[in-house]
Amino acid sequence: MNVRRWITFSLLCLVLLPLTAHASSIGDLSDTSLGEQVKRFLSLKDPSVRYALLGSILLGINCGMLGSFIVVRKLSLMGDALSHAVLPGVAMGFLWNMEKDPVAILIGAVIAGLLGSFVVNLITHTTRLKEDTALGMVLAGFFAVGICLVSMIQRRVQNGNQSGIDKYLFGQAAAINTDDVFLMAIVTISALVVMGVFYKEFLVSSFDPGFAGVSGLPVKFFHYLLMLLLAFSVVIALQAVGVVLVSAMLITPAATAYLLTDRLHRMISMAMIFGVVSGAIGCFISFLKPGLPTGPFMVLAASLCFFGAFLFGPRHGVVMRWWRQLSRSHKVQRENTLKAVYQVLEEREFKGEGVSLRELAQRRRETIEEARQQSLALVRNRLASLHEDGNLILLNPDGWQRACAIVRNHRLWELYLTNAADYPADHVHEDAEKIEHVLGEEVVRQLERRLDYAKTDPHGKPIPSLDDLQRGSGISQHDDLVGYGQN
Amino acid sequence: MIINAAAGSGSKSENPRFAAMPESTNQPTQKLSPSEIPLEVHDMTVAYHKKPVLWGIDLSVPPGSLVGIIGPNGAGKSTLIKSILGLLPASSGWAKVFGVPARKNLKRVGYVPQRESVDWDFPVNVMDVVLMGRYGRLGLFKRPSKADRDFARECLDKVKMLPYANRQISNLSGGQQQRVFLARALAQESDLYLMDEPFVGVDAATESAIITLLKELQSKGKTILVVHHDLGTAKEYFDHLLLLNMRVVAFGKTSETFTLDLLQKTYGGRLTILSEVAEAVRERGQ
Repeated sequence: MNVRRWITFSLLCLVLLPLTAHASSIGDLSDTSLGEQVKRFLSLKDPSVRYALLGSILLGINCGMLGSFIVVRKLSLMGDALSHAVLPGVAMGFLWNMEKDPVAILIGAVIAGLLGSFVVNLITHTTRLKEDTALGMVLAGFFAVGICLVSMIQRRVQNGNQSGIDKYLFGQAAAINTDDVFLMAIVTISALVVMGVFYKEFLVSSFDPGFAGVSGLPVKFFHYLLMLLLAFSVVIALQAVGVVLVSAMLITPAATAYLLTDRLHRMISMAMIFGVVSGAIGCFISFLKPGLPTGPFMVLAASLCFFGAFLFGPRHGVVMRWWRQLSRSHKVQRENTLKAVYQVLEEREFKGEGVSLRELAQRRRETIEEARQQSLALVRNRLASLHEDGNLILLNPDGWQRACAIVRNHRLWELYLTNAADYPADHVHEDAEKIEHVLGEEVVRQLERRLDYAKTDPHGKPIPSLDDLQRGSGISQHDDLVGYGQN
Repeated sequence: MIINAAAGSGSKSENPRFAAMPESTNQPTQKLSPSEIPLEVHDMTVAYHKKPVLWGIDLSVPPGSLVGIIGPNGAGKSTLIKSILGLLPASSGWAKVFGVPARKNLKRVGYVPQRESVDWDFPVNVMDVVLMGRYGRLGLFKRPSKADRDFARECLDKVKMLPYANRQISNLSGGQQQRVFLARALAQESDLYLMDEPFVGVDAATESAIITLLKELQSKGKTILVVHHDLGTAKEYFDHLLLLNMRVVAFGKTSETFTLDLLQKTYGGRLTILSEVAEAVRERGQ
């Protein structure tokens, strides 16, 4: 009941939230409703929508591809520094003829970006300071110069806010026009071509620069080529994402892909997909209401993708890892119950029928209730059945086999430790308690061979043989009141 | 400038001390024409941050030899390999591979870097890494062909890593990682191999597998130089030894160089004057 009420409430909130947000803006913009804007965006009739969307997609492709190399080369901070360092260049490009000329801005930004990376190199090579410090200083210093220039431009130009220069800080996809899209397409296509042609060179010089050098590759050349492409992609991403957040669009989609795959070419394609999806989502959301910046929404979308991969990634995901751990601990739990059942049967020399809950509880030093829970877990996994009002446990053929195997693993391991590794007999039990659950069939056979098919463990108890395992499954199912341990 | 001058004066003052070194063991190679000598190094001096670490190295490696480079920590063993390959700039001197300056003849050199020099979390699998060995032969623009893949597979088989071809490299043990690096060097199909500490952090089984492979390469006429840190096995593994401590203490057949006297000279306090001068040069450089 309670749960259902919560779900209804949160659904209601989800529906109402956009409405309240919308209501607050009705005062300043009464003629557009949320629904209409969504329709306008999705119909793609509006050319400005088309440009914005196309720009965001190109940006996603470019950032995803170059970002992958940035991440595997551990240059993430470099991407951040470069993106901040281009701002003065953008402002200078704007000052060139006091208007938003994409080419002038591109040239200015690339020069500023390369100057920034040169200064970083200079500091690291001529002083004792390390690269991270140099990057931090250059990032902030260039950015400060850029902010000064931008505010100067805004004061100089009569209608400063219409100049569009402020859009470079947080990004506004709607400000993208034909010329911008054209430039973005050229940059993206050339980056794709360069990467396609030199993929193997970028791969080897990223993985092992020393080896690449010995293979005769100009490693430095490829490094600077990558930096140049990076500078280009930062600049074309600026309009949509903004200086402050562009490095997130480089790093986050690539980092997401890195969690999901173990091959570089797959990582690049996945990063491009994540980049395109986040770019389009950011563009869409910022279009819904006037004045919403694009960059933060793109980065939010990318971060959500990352969060999803972090939680649900099949190999490295937190949830999956937790799930695997949980199912492993359940398996260990079941195997321990099976072992206890076997030991009870063994104590009465495999005479008598099943094992009662009381016996199991005594063996494991637990309450009857706990023993019941454990036997129910066995029943759920079709390893045993319960009889006499749930008080008597009878192992199935599978359960018997599993129980024999676990006891066998345990005793063989104990014997191995005492014989081959010279452990005293009273030191081996704890170790075997853990190892018994992880020994594979192949290893067990090996152990057996090493130990000359020994019959008893260091404590004098018989080690179940392969025949014992099979005998259990050989007994017919019809006679279900006969314990499978019976000879 | 400063380094060169210092190195010059250093070697002048030090040379008499090394006059008795058995450099004469190089003599057989001198009958060979330069293009037959797999590796020749002449007066190579290398400095890190203005501090000289290698002084006037002269070396002429006879073809088909399996050379162990041994010496104490900081003797410049890895530095020597890297500067021969041009990965570190030498402040003077040169290295020639089969009579051609090493940098222009890298196609005939196979290289096994130190295992820790790369990030093993890098998103590539074993096959990708071994294929990198073919890149030098492929040249720009070309992709590895089916023949390259088959060859890479053969190389993996030689180091008994074929079953791991599709594994991501971070899932390998240290010994397996080293075998992958070795397979990559085999894929380079070279005549001269330079290996930087291939026995560090590997299990005994891998160590013996590697040395068997090296001897097999040697029997095919390849020349191999191996940076090695374990004096205990040096004698049994290599037929030539290069005893190095900032400069060549001795180079020659293991039977002639693996002597108490020479090892003491390599590992003992004999070279304190060289290190003192190096320290002085560094201070002046700053």
